[in-house]
Amino acid sequence: MSDHGKPQTEAPNPDTDAYAHESELESHLQTKRMVINMGPSHPATHGTVRLKVELEGETIVKIDPEIGFLHRGFQKSCENVTWTQCLPYTDRLNYLSSMMNNFGFLNAVEKLIGLEIPERAQYIRVIGSELHRLQDHLTCVGATGLEMGGFAPFLFAMEFRELIHDRVAELTGARLTTSFGRVGGINRDLPEGWIPKVHKSLDRGLELIDEMDALLTRNRIFVDRTKGTGVINAEDAIDFGYTGPALRACGVNYDIRKAKPYWVYDRFDFKVPVGEHGDNYDRYLVRLEEMRQSVLILRQAMDTIPAGPIIVDDWRIALPPKPEVYGTIEGVMSHFKLVMEGIQVPAGEVYDATEASNGELGWYIVSDGGGRPYKVHVRAPGFPVLAAVPHIIEGKMLADLIPTFDTINMIGGEVEQ
Amino acid sequence: MDRVSAQLPEAVADRYVDRTGGAWAVIHADSLPKVAAFLKNDPELEFKLFGSIDAVDRLHLAECDPRFEVVYFLYSLKRNEHVRLKVRVSESTPVVPSLTSLFRGANWWERLTFDFYGIRFDGHPDLRRILLYEEFQGYPLRKDYALRDRQPLIPERPIKDIFRGPGTSGIS
Repeated sequence: MSDHGKPQTEAPNPDTDAYAHESELESHLQTKRMVINMGPSHPATHGTVRLKVELEGETIVKIDPEIGFLHRGFQKSCENVTWTQCLPYTDRLNYLSSMMNNFGFLNAVEKLIGLEIPERAQYIRVIGSELHRLQDHLTCVGATGLEMGGFAPFLFAMEFRELIHDRVAELTGARLTTSFGRVGGINRDLPEGWIPKVHKSLDRGLELIDEMDALLTRNRIFVDRTKGTGVINAEDAIDFGYTGPALRACGVNYDIRKAKPYWVYDRFDFKVPVGEHGDNYDRYLVRLEEMRQSVLILRQAMDTIPAGPIIVDDWRIALPPKPEVYGTIEGVMSHFKLVMEGIQVPAGEVYDATEASNGELGWYIVSDGGGRPYKVHVRAPGFPVLAAVPHIIEGKMLADLIPTFDTINMIGGEVEQ
Repeated sequence: MDRVSAQLPEAVADRYVDRTGGAWAVIHADSLPKVAAFLKNDPELEFKLFGSIDAVDRLHLAECDPRFEVVYFLYSLKRNEHVRLKVRVSESTPVVPSLTSLFRGANWWERLTFDFYGIRFDGHPDLRRILLYEEFQGYPLRKDYALRDRQPLIPERPIKDIFRGPGTSGIS
């Protein structure tokens, strides 16, 4: 019998055949699914979160975000202190936009009391909020650049953030957790000569934003890794409850500052940037443009800020001025009652939302008429955004997870309360 | 709210406007999915943007008969309006139908409410604790859970089927 005509069954000669070892190599390849734990504290995820990733090769088959590592009982703590004492807790929900959390909570409380705050206080709240919006977006954009391999944009972002930190420290005395708001207004007035300093910082900041823009927006590596990854369409985003830059990147124009203006936002001229594709690149671009709009709002607010009181003149709500406390019995009594018993908020309930840096920050507050909140519910913008990560990323590559996680900007403190 | 009352009169138990002007509808628990579907799909309402879910424990309030109130917040981009729904459930059977098939965003919020208040959502695909660990006893946001209550530390969970790499394991 001859073997002629069936050469396939012949054993390959390893000296002449380049593919001789192929079957041998393949037999060693792992085809099992692999479970990888990313986190709780991972260099490529913002915040403390554990991702249980099930991989098939490089493709993510299943992902299960596990949160709660930072949980410290925000609601329970708030229910056991006076209304004013809740403020430090709200700061710590998101320390990069602590003033926005502060003022959002106060806005809800003031709505429940039925209080109109003085105009100057409203302007200062807008200024503080926009400064913190800049800070939050800078951290997000800078870190996105860093995790895509660019260190310089991160340094530019940090330089601008540092300038804002300095201005915030001059204003409030603290860099991160400011506790600046009070029911009925704010804690203290703008310091002497502060506005020109902020103008100067913003000039430098715009240069830094332009540098970041020039380094990242048309960078080949950055564009390739962010464009078309982490895509969510508008319908799904709405279904999941996206708000803020993540929703606007899908092409939905919803910004509470325009939809239901609060404080004095309706007096300023600014645009709301809207994306198109809902991918990581659009979320980055929306944030970048929003920073420029924030600078515009800040400049207008600082140019037109009126003189006047910064807190309501009502001793049942705001602490009396110190000469009154030291000099009169009424002052002492109001001060004592406010500190010991807290502001007596009439019984009722309210849901109020403001536009924080990552979206709609909603507060549902129930009061039983006493000096302490009966129930404080916070609708953190990061929570639905993180809840949608499995939907976005399943079936995509492991490498896409990192830019997606960067640009949705999940904030551990507010997600985990 | 008028449209909901007109369309589904048997679903709405109570309606009122709170002091700040927010309109509320109190819904019977079993007709919640119907009302939510109507709010979402009606072409004139389109309450599609999912807000949040939470519960209130009314133990220390005056009207505390059904102990829990589950509250829902939806938003309509078309009408620029929030809608607030409320479902009252008793302590003995704290069960509410789940909205996860209607709004995917409801999934985590329902888990959060279950985690803190122990309210069960009927039809939820994956109802387990979200912020606290599985061995946690009780529901910490209920008013009868003491502020300073402590839970024992739990031992490390055994991990099955884990490859720890060559390392030094096995070498004594």
